Amino acid sequence: MNKSQFKRNLRDNPYLLAGMIIIGLVLLMIIVGLFWTPYDTTAMNASEKLQGISLRHIMGTDNMGRDVFSRVMYGSRITLLIAIGTVFIGAGLGTIIGAVTGYFGGMLDEVVMRVVDALFAFPSILLALVIVSVFGTGWIQLLISLGIAFMPSFARIVRGEVLRCKNMDYVENARLQGVSNLRMIFVHILPNIKGVLASSILIGFNNAVLAEAGLSYLGVGSQPPYASLGKMLSDAQQYMFTTPSYVLCPGIVIVLMVLGFAFLGEGISRWK
Amino acid sequence: MKYAMKKLLMMLGTLLVVSLCVFLAFSVIPGDPALRKLGTEASPELVEQMRQEMGLNDPLIVRYGRWFIAFLGGDFGISYNYSTPVKEMIANKIPITLTMAIMAFLMTVLISFPLGIITAKHENGILDRTILVINQVIMAVPPFFSGILITFVFGLILRLFTPGGFVSYTQNFGKFIRYLFFPSLAIALPKIAMTVKMLRGSLIDEASKDYARTAYSRGNNTNGVLYRHVLKNALIPVITFLGMALADMVAGSIVIEQVFSIPGISRILLTSIGNRDYPVVEAIIMGIAIIVMVVNFLVDIIYRIVDPRIGLEDE
Amino acid sequence: MEMSSNDIILDVTDLHIEFHDHDKPEVAVEDFDLMLGRGEIVGIVGESGSGKSMSALAIAGLLNRKSLTKSGRIMFDGTDLLTCDRKSLRSYQGDEISIIFQEPMTSLNPVKRIGWQVEEPLFIHHQEIPKEERKKRAIGMLKAVGLDKAEDVYNMYPHELSGGMRQRVMIAAAMIGDPKILIADEPTTALDVTVQAQIVELLKKLNKEMHTSIIFISHDLSLVNQLCQRVIVMQQGNIVESGRTSEVFANPRDPYTKKLIAAIPKIDLSDDRD
Repeated sequence: MNKSQFKRNLRDNPYLLAGMIIIGLVLLMIIVGLFWTPYDTTAMNASEKLQGISLRHIMGTDNMGRDVFSRVMYGSRITLLIAIGTVFIGAGLGTIIGAVTGYFGGMLDEVVMRVVDALFAFPSILLALVIVSVFGTGWIQLLISLGIAFMPSFARIVRGEVLRCKNMDYVENARLQGVSNLRMIFVHILPNIKGVLASSILIGFNNAVLAEAGLSYLGVGSQPPYASLGKMLSDAQQYMFTTPSYVLCPGIVIVLMVLGFAFLGEGISRWK
Repeated sequence: MKYAMKKLLMMLGTLLVVSLCVFLAFSVIPGDPALRKLGTEASPELVEQMRQEMGLNDPLIVRYGRWFIAFLGGDFGISYNYSTPVKEMIANKIPITLTMAIMAFLMTVLISFPLGIITAKHENGILDRTILVINQVIMAVPPFFSGILITFVFGLILRLFTPGGFVSYTQNFGKFIRYLFFPSLAIALPKIAMTVKMLRGSLIDEASKDYARTAYSRGNNTNGVLYRHVLKNALIPVITFLGMALADMVAGSIVIEQVFSIPGISRILLTSIGNRDYPVVEAIIMGIAIIVMVVNFLVDIIYRIVDPRIGLEDE
Repeated sequence: MEMSSNDIILDVTDLHIEFHDHDKPEVAVEDFDLMLGRGEIVGIVGESGSGKSMSALAIAGLLNRKSLTKSGRIMFDGTDLLTCDRKSLRSYQGDEISIIFQEPMTSLNPVKRIGWQVEEPLFIHHQEIPKEERKKRAIGMLKAVGLDKAEDVYNMYPHELSGGMRQRVMIAAAMIGDPKILIADEPTTALDVTVQAQIVELLKKLNKEMHTSIIFISHDLSLVNQLCQRVIVMQQGNIVESGRTSEVFANPRDPYTKKLIAAIPKIDLSDDRD
């Protein structure tokens, strides 16, 4: 595809364009936040509590006089990292389980998939709550519990795809040439389902951002001082009437993050 | 009937697996319940006696059996923290959570079905595109944030309800439902968006199939093809989704109860998690799990009614 | 033609169909003419993409895509089906003009009972017929298309029937309104050879008993030879040859027709038409 064609496709595909712009801005904010924030994220200033949007504080300040924008920059990073980690664990575990059960079938498949189905039917936020209540609160526990909660959907998708690919000619050919089972799964079959996997990773990523925000809101996620966006919202809620900007800013950043990836996914699916 | 029996047996099987998982999860937690009950100053002999009394020295499988049978009989154990039966603590909270989930479910069906049909009928029209974009935005808003926004707009600015002014169903049922309207809406919003998207896609998909062309060839108009032929077929995948959505709404109400300060299951669950009051947590998790399983069972039955191809091998 | 004008039931002239899906418009059918007599069976042959199915769909009023232009005239019952309003077009569809398709496996609605689907044309066009009468006619029609145990079939779902049985159900639904024209768009292509012959026999029988005119579309020249009095040969959207089937077979003028005839396995050629 040459450059002008690329440009034309992009113009005909507002979803993709919007997604790229939004994600670009969010990523830019996070990357800049790695090196520089307007204020120290933990510096309190009693004289500047609960201020609205101003030139000094473009997202206002919180109940301790901390700069909301600086904290949003930091919180987005936490949220993004947890979401990436969740999808990494969920997709990793799910792919392995789905590929192995789908490929070998039999009793193993029956038993494992029954458990996976039960997990799948169970609301992920509840599953995460169970795990957190067993292992305690904290971002590592959150990561593990969300990862396990997200595993079943990946396992089901990968299993279905592996079942589909298993009987294709090229796999039969490879089998006749004596390729080992593991090699067959990871070298011959999995690369062929990366398209399906990629789109479910994008969806899973969004669900992870939303789930993390929800759990942090409930206070079982990231703990201070590692405040994610969800935690910020939870803290901010009671100041909704006095300082709307304190609530709205972190909330809108979450929405933008999810929306950006959703548009990106929609755009990719419409890409000709 | 054979099909229903088979699904019922499968549901009971799943219930056993889930209950075993829940029980095991809470058994491996470090910490001795007997010690917790007596306090750290208790003498080892006393603790040992307590362990014996609580049955903690029995083999795991015996303890599980005892717990499960008691659970089925409605005995959920006694709270560590409040020393009251768990049943009493949660019995009058469950209707609140369930009412909210059911209201949210009804809203989802009542709003998303007409929207899904309209957008599919006018595919790529202005209305369709607008709703599609709004859908994407709604799906990106976490339910608790939309809850906060709803509180702000409808509660504080428009004053359509009093935030924090929850009225229990035992006092005034009408006001109870009225207060739960907006929380239910917050739970329903993302599900509405997803259902519209799904139903639209499914309708468009089905309308391009051969049998729809057959329907036109018999002199059906667009509405005839849509309502007499396509809709029922298009609903099949949507039913599965709605079943999962209902289960999700029960769980989602945990977050929304926090936002609207509703004293439902959520508050007890969260404080119990914080206090490590495991009998309470176990009971609530099991309760929601049972709701989820019953919903799944009902979905399977409805599925069988809508799609005659399902479960043939059993009859 | 040898028929008098009031014997002519359908008169298609200068039918022209063009697609606009891609950058350049594509001509699917060009200068298509067809005159169908009362009780006559006309065959349209050609390979896939020749425009034969497209013409059939146009006559059945099923070409509704926006990215398509059509011109010419399809006169039926004093109405031009190509330009008349949708309501009067629908009043003919399924009642006066019926169509059956190539894919019996997917052409029936999977979640509706057979009886319901067979009765549907009556339900749409003849609300005055009471329910019991509709059911009686549907079962009678199912028997007429050769389905044993028609009462049982009436309550079954499509997936409980074989491909051949489903095509019989499609024919029953198409014929229940006693149409003047039945369009059969490759009705046997998806079926086994033995079932193919049965379906062709069935169409022949229905034509004889109910005097329905049939437009039989196929890529199989031997089937057309068995069934049709007249044949139209199409290639790339154009009619390359038309006339009485026996004459075209005995004396093909167009090289394409010759090729098609040569491609028929010998055993079918020796099979005499009756």
